Amino acid sequence: METFLGIDYPTLWYLVVGLLFSGYAILEGFDYGAGAWHLFLRKDISRRIAINAIGPLWDANQVWLIIGGGALFAGFPVMYATMLSAMYIPFMLFLMLLVLRSAAIKFRSAEEMKWWRKTWDIIYFTSNTLIAFLLGVVLGNVLQGFELHENFVYKGGIFFSFLNPYSLMVGFTTLSIFMTQGAIFLLLKTEGKLHDRLSFLLKRGMVFFIVSFAVTSFYTLTYLHGVTDKFKEQPIFFALPILAFLAVANVPRLVSKKKYFYALVFSSLIMAFLLMLVAFQLYPVLLPSTINPEYSVTIYNAASSQKSLGIMLTIVLIGAPLLAFYFLFLYKTFNGKVELDDTSY
Amino acid sequence: MDTEILARIQFAFTVAFHYIYPPLSIGIGLIMVIFEGLYLKTGKKEYEILTRFWLKIFAITFGIGVATGIIMEFEFGTNWSVYSKYVGDIFGSALAAEGLFAFGLESTFLGILIFGWNRVSPKVHFISTIGVFLGSMFSAVWIVVANSWQQTPAGYHIVGKGLEARAEVTDFWAMVFNPSSVDRIIHVWQGAFLAGAFMILSVHAYYLLKGRYVGISKKAFKIALSVATIISLTQLVSGHSSADGVAVNQPAKLAAMEGHYEPSAAADLYLFGWVDQASKTVTGIGIPGGLSFLVHQDFNEPIKGLNAFPEDEIPTQVNTVFQFYHIMISIGMFFIGLTLYASYLWWRGKLFDKKWLLKIFAFSVLLPQIANQAGWFAAEMGRQPWVVYGHLKTSQAFSQEVSANQILFSLILFFVVYAILFLLFLYSLNKKIKHGPYTESENPDEFLKYT
Repeated sequence: METFLGIDYPTLWYLVVGLLFSGYAILEGFDYGAGAWHLFLRKDISRRIAINAIGPLWDANQVWLIIGGGALFAGFPVMYATMLSAMYIPFMLFLMLLVLRSAAIKFRSAEEMKWWRKTWDIIYFTSNTLIAFLLGVVLGNVLQGFELHENFVYKGGIFFSFLNPYSLMVGFTTLSIFMTQGAIFLLLKTEGKLHDRLSFLLKRGMVFFIVSFAVTSFYTLTYLHGVTDKFKEQPIFFALPILAFLAVANVPRLVSKKKYFYALVFSSLIMAFLLMLVAFQLYPVLLPSTINPEYSVTIYNAASSQKSLGIMLTIVLIGAPLLAFYFLFLYKTFNGKVELDDTSY
Repeated sequence: MDTEILARIQFAFTVAFHYIYPPLSIGIGLIMVIFEGLYLKTGKKEYEILTRFWLKIFAITFGIGVATGIIMEFEFGTNWSVYSKYVGDIFGSALAAEGLFAFGLESTFLGILIFGWNRVSPKVHFISTIGVFLGSMFSAVWIVVANSWQQTPAGYHIVGKGLEARAEVTDFWAMVFNPSSVDRIIHVWQGAFLAGAFMILSVHAYYLLKGRYVGISKKAFKIALSVATIISLTQLVSGHSSADGVAVNQPAKLAAMEGHYEPSAAADLYLFGWVDQASKTVTGIGIPGGLSFLVHQDFNEPIKGLNAFPEDEIPTQVNTVFQFYHIMISIGMFFIGLTLYASYLWWRGKLFDKKWLLKIFAFSVLLPQIANQAGWFAAEMGRQPWVVYGHLKTSQAFSQEVSANQILFSLILFFVVYAILFLLFLYSLNKKIKHGPYTESENPDEFLKYT
């Protein structure tokens, strides 16, 4: 098997996909999170400012979903095909909600009528909340494993089985961390009364996060067997949960000091550390089979050919710096508080 | 209905709906680059007004294009899991390249394009416009490459058997430049330019008919007409080259496009007609031996007909393929006539004298849309029963674990959501056009000099 820097290609691609998903969670985390606060903001002008805070950025942030999805398809087609077809209903809902959310951003402020804005506000709030929740639900299902038989044939439930206690818990945790992220982001972008209102909401959000995070962690450690095995084998990785815990503790501290930028960095780190935890625990499995571990989807039996992975790694090496440059330029251009003008939503 | 048919209906519906928007974005993008470039070069306010006006329409079109495009990316996995595993190794790298090189470029610069007027210099703004336009062009490249590979696979080998069989890349550049990709990319780009150019022609023809924004509308009309004339003519070349490729690589598809059944006989070229699949005959008006002439430059040279292929390797909907193909061609020919005639009038200095001509232009916005859709339907239905030509049949490619009821559920959702989206699109388009590039009563001195 070909290697680069001593790491085999499927593992490298696993890291690429992990990086893309983390980027997606962090960036769209504050987009979706900001949207999940939408109805908690009372005045029309506050809601407009909140939408325009993500206005020039959300299309770019969405690129991470598109590249992440593409990277999964490209590098691990078996995983992409198995997960999406087995989780048909949640993914279809997710996609439909994404469309509605885009429409809400574009059309909400296009008319003055009260009923018009109210309807779009509800659609915007609901779609953001449910998108964040569904992402967690899917993650919860992946962690528990699918009913996979030989040749990755899925024989589990197809309509409502994706809603099970554990996946719901992960769903709430994801929503809560996105809401924390979203509120911190909005604090960076707003001033005055809206700012005060948001710092009040952020406190509620952090409580919601810490409670759901604690419950989910407890449930994971108690009921999901084997989650700690890897850590016993390689104790050095105990650093990950410790770092995650420290990041969680640091966010309220930074918020109380009004250091919102660093708070955003640390709440992003929480997501990154938690996803690393998941990735480390699963590796090299991508999707565990609940029938027989032999039937699980792994990075080796799901991977594209060495040749193809080599091509894609080259593409990433060329494309990533370009993308980083575009993003720096975009974020630098729209740095600072929201100012509404005639081009705003 | 069974899963396969439902999965096909859903894919066709979602992709056809999606394809209303990207060609418009690419085409409007091209002309926006021209407008803004002229603004920077001449410093004339009228070009800035045109750029800003079309940017608003571009933003909506682009937004819906992205929203409906994400769905396509994931629908391969949800509904076509066997296909995804089969082509992932090949299709995947094209999709990854699309995401990084094309979509990354267009989506990041879009923010600056739409919201950055007051934040960046005019030059940087112009660069962003170009970035978004180029990004949308690159997107088309990678998507058409992937689709072309399905039509004319190259640079691969098949590994494994039965359920585990899949195609793997052996030569990346041979895969990218497979026999049909260059012709089809150019053909698709030109179709997109026409969609945008005719949109602009239509709106400004409408203003001219109403006597509003006359000065800037004349300018915009002439620019869009130049683009439309050049592209209509060159579209014929890329279309012909594309058909030549089909004759070599997908003979059954070519035979279906002209309803040619005889296993080995000279083939006719129809202007229009109707294929009776039961009796395997075509009734219509055409040039005897015309297809033979186009392909081989000889009216008597035989062309392989549908009867020469096994029953299960030819499209089942021959008449539909025939009709879609001919609709596309007729519209293409009409464009050549229309734009050449208008250009002639322009040369004689009488372009805006004929009201009936402006009326035709006002309605012609629908035609490139119909031609683009018809062309794709002919291409995709003509490929049947294969999803990967010669290797994987559509009937084997769908997700076996997804039930018909699940697809019915998502299909109904798509109908509802897309119907709303389409109405919103029309509504806001109409509103922006009615509102116009600037408020006529406002600041009359500034604008009087153009009218």
